[in-house]
Amino acid sequence: MSKLVDQVVTKDQAATVKYTSKDFQTNQDVRWCPGCGDYSILAQVQRIMPDLNIPREKIVFVSGIGCSSRFPYYMDTYGFHSIHGRATAIASGVKLARPDLSVWIVTGDGDGLSIGGNHMIHLMRRNINVNIMLFNNQIYGLTKGQYSPTSEFGKVTKSTPFGSIDYPFNPAALALGSGCSFVARSMDRDPKHMQSVLKRAAEHVGTSFVEIYQNCNVFNDGAFFQLTEKETRDENVIYLEHDKPLVFGKDRDKGLKLDGFTPSVVDLKDGIHSINDLIVHNEHDSTLAFILANMTYNQALPRPIGIFQSIERSTYDHEMTAQIARETAKKGRGTLATLLNSGETWEIQ
Amino acid sequence: MNEINEERTSLPVTKSLDEVTIRFAGDSGDGMQLTGMQFTNTSAVMGNDLSTLPDYPAEIRAPQGTTSGVSGFQVHFGSTKINTPGDQCDVLVAMNAAALKVNVRSLVDGGAIIVNTDGFDDKNLRLSGYTANPLLNDSLSRFKVYQVDISKLTELALQDMNLTSKIVDRTKNFFALGMMYWMYNRTPDSTVEWIDAKFKNKPDIAEANKRVLKAGWNYAETTEIFNVRYEVKAASLAPGKYRNITGNSAVALGLVAAAEKAGLDLFLGSYPITPASEILHDLSSFKRYGVKTFQAEDEIAGIASAIGASFTGALGVTTTSGPGVALKTEAIGLAVMVELPLVIVNIQRGGPSTGLPTKTEQSDLLQALYGRNGEAPVPVIAAATPSDCFDAVFEAARIAIKYMTPVMFMSDGYLGNGSEPWKLPKPEDLPDISPTFRTDPNGFLAYARDEKTLARQWAIPGTPGLEHRIGGLEKQDKTGFVNYEPENHDTMVRLRAAKIAGIVNDIPHATVEGNDRGDVLVVGWGGTYGALRTAVESQRAKGHAVSHLHLRYINPLQSNVGEILTKFKHILVPEINLGQLIKVLRERFLVPAIGYNRVAGLPFMSSEIEQAIEDVLGGKLV
Ligand code: SF4
Repeated sequence: MSKLVDQVVTKDQAATVKYTSKDFQTNQDVRWCPGCGDYSILAQVQRIMPDLNIPREKIVFVSGIGCSSRFPYYMDTYGFHSIHGRATAIASGVKLARPDLSVWIVTGDGDGLSIGGNHMIHLMRRNINVNIMLFNNQIYGLTKGQYSPTSEFGKVTKSTPFGSIDYPFNPAALALGSGCSFVARSMDRDPKHMQSVLKRAAEHVGTSFVEIYQNCNVFNDGAFFQLTEKETRDENVIYLEHDKPLVFGKDRDKGLKLDGFTPSVVDLKDGIHSINDLIVHNEHDSTLAFILANMTYNQALPRPIGIFQSIERSTYDHEMTAQIARETAKKGRGTLATLLNSGETWEIQ
Repeated sequence: MNEINEERTSLPVTKSLDEVTIRFAGDSGDGMQLTGMQFTNTSAVMGNDLSTLPDYPAEIRAPQGTTSGVSGFQVHFGSTKINTPGDQCDVLVAMNAAALKVNVRSLVDGGAIIVNTDGFDDKNLRLSGYTANPLLNDSLSRFKVYQVDISKLTELALQDMNLTSKIVDRTKNFFALGMMYWMYNRTPDSTVEWIDAKFKNKPDIAEANKRVLKAGWNYAETTEIFNVRYEVKAASLAPGKYRNITGNSAVALGLVAAAEKAGLDLFLGSYPITPASEILHDLSSFKRYGVKTFQAEDEIAGIASAIGASFTGALGVTTTSGPGVALKTEAIGLAVMVELPLVIVNIQRGGPSTGLPTKTEQSDLLQALYGRNGEAPVPVIAAATPSDCFDAVFEAARIAIKYMTPVMFMSDGYLGNGSEPWKLPKPEDLPDISPTFRTDPNGFLAYARDEKTLARQWAIPGTPGLEHRIGGLEKQDKTGFVNYEPENHDTMVRLRAAKIAGIVNDIPHATVEGNDRGDVLVVGWGGTYGALRTAVESQRAKGHAVSHLHLRYINPLQSNVGEILTKFKHILVPEINLGQLIKVLRERFLVPAIGYNRVAGLPFMSSEIEQAIEDVLGGKLV
């Protein structure tokens, strides 16, 4: 950090004031459609912020373009609403220039996986210590209803009147494949779960990627209702909990078992299977994370929600700072005078 | 072949020259760039003024022995002021037939060719497309040809060293260098030092290179092949400490200097691209200056990360060439909208599209000025010579920081790779850059402006009480809130334009080289400076009323440019494009300027500019 920056910014990484969620609300009118899933996500983020114990001025929200990308305007922190797909690239610069900041990226399935796909995978590969929230509503909302890179095959939209012929991305698998060290999934209509996942994401050192299923009630209403609504949720969703056997079902009478690398559902009441046959979730096991993420579009299996993977890996921002410190220690901090006298010089009298 | 191997019976005559241009040419594996650079550094240390130009093959691994694999390096040095790498060369060192074939056209009549005869065997002749050996017929009769079996003599020099033939072959460029050092009375000391440092851990390679260098020298000294030696005295350069510098290295130094002077961290977001990559390389090695370099996944991420860094209080920079600027366009517009400092470095190459990556051109000027959606004015600053890249990019950074704006800095492949001696500036002589960050939360409005500069304040994350949001959507005047009102948009469009236009009050007046009135004013910008200056000086020496105006600031133009133009009968605007600056001058000043345009991927020769000036004077070019 340059001296000039050092003189003006808060040094403490822990907040001295006790915040409430209200402290993170701005005076701007929230302009999402009434009933949009984004409202819930905003509320959960504002709710967990005080618990992070980070000075408000040290928090930066960066977004691209899309409905989700309006988010920074509603957070009373520093914010940057940028251009389509580039939030991840801008946030990379923010974090690398200023590792002392807590950096949050808000993006969507179009912004983050279509136009911004390249930056997204490279950010995760580098493991820059930032938090990505990808609001997945499986549609383009802001441009009024075209199919997105997560829309299902055959999806009829304004730009696919005869059905989409694109296969969707599986965001969690993409994140894992990109080497992301923290990969999770949550849902707009499960506030408690979202809060716990976001807190874990914030605490994680390295890139955290949280896919959040978000209902776009105007252009793709009910896309996730099978997963989010009370009547169907328990049968269709399996919550991943570290160190616990993978059980689901209304009566918690079903579980997931592995045959080789293939997961299957077993009935715990069939007299053959018991809880001891089930997969025990392990967030540090990358192979298991891939297996679970690959269940996403398998209709025969429940949809995994929770933390797929949380592993430790040194971060790019840390390495960058360390390299500069190492080289500076070797030869001393350079000055204008040493710079201007570098290279092979000669004197003219 | 009539090789001369006998011992010398008479001493060579020494002649004195004001200036010489030598071109080293060979296969891309022959080490011609290195040979040229060594000759250059030695000449610089001996006090000559000079200018260099490398000429790389477009392909990295072009087939050996073919004309597409020829790599050349031209150095023009002298005891007088040297402005260009030379239109034509006086001496050509050709390591093989292809090198001769490609470069013989740049040799002056009566010039000298030193050939490695081993490079003219049947295979080399065939690969280079010669149907007959030019060394055996009279096709080179206009030149003095010196035939030396450099390969064999190198082998002989190293025969007791037990080296592989590949390694032996790799040292033969030092034989050529040794001969040239003898011929031009250069001491090989700095090259010996360089070899020792470079091959510190490979003593046998160091020994081989030094031996071959010496063997070349001794060969020239003891045989009678050369009967003249030349002396090129030191130039009368201003006293001080010098180094030789390429344009790209000067950009890297200028950026670090600006950040140091401003007390900011430098952050470079960049993607490798010819001919700009050396800036990324150089800055990546400046860790102990706190420089952060980020090799991004693409051009867009390069600029986007730099904008992110600027948001947090660093000097954000991105470096690229024309195709990269095209990709960065939207992000430049964002930087205009969010009003953050940013330097965009464009080392121009031939275009359009991928064009001619290793060649030079000036065809991105209109892109720099206008190539964005919306009304998105950006200051544009162009460097004139390799060493001027330091001052010009420093100025770009100064303006970016003071006016909270992206600034486009223009250089080109010719300046970027070319070199010249540079008198090192003193830190205290560099212009002042003193940014301040806003700290007072009372009455803070993100888009409130300084009355004089119209710049908004820099309020960086981490500052308590200044939490605010910026973005690419139109801003409400002063508050910076998103705003779609028609009147507000009109106000903001004009404010952004006025801010950039107002920079005119913060830059020096343009100065004319030569008389401030006359028959022809040659107006140029960027890397054509040396050729234009040489041409104008020569015309003036011939008694013509010709002057030269070279523009560093293309946006905004300096306030007195319009008036200068009125003082001349004719205005000639030579550009390596189809007429871009001329459009700006005509539009702005309604002057009947005349263009001289050649877009060959090559720098202008001063002789063609002289011809153009004469044509204007003679009424042939209107
Ligand atoms: S279009 Fe859909 S995603 Fe966008 S704000 Fe409306 S409901 Fe939400």
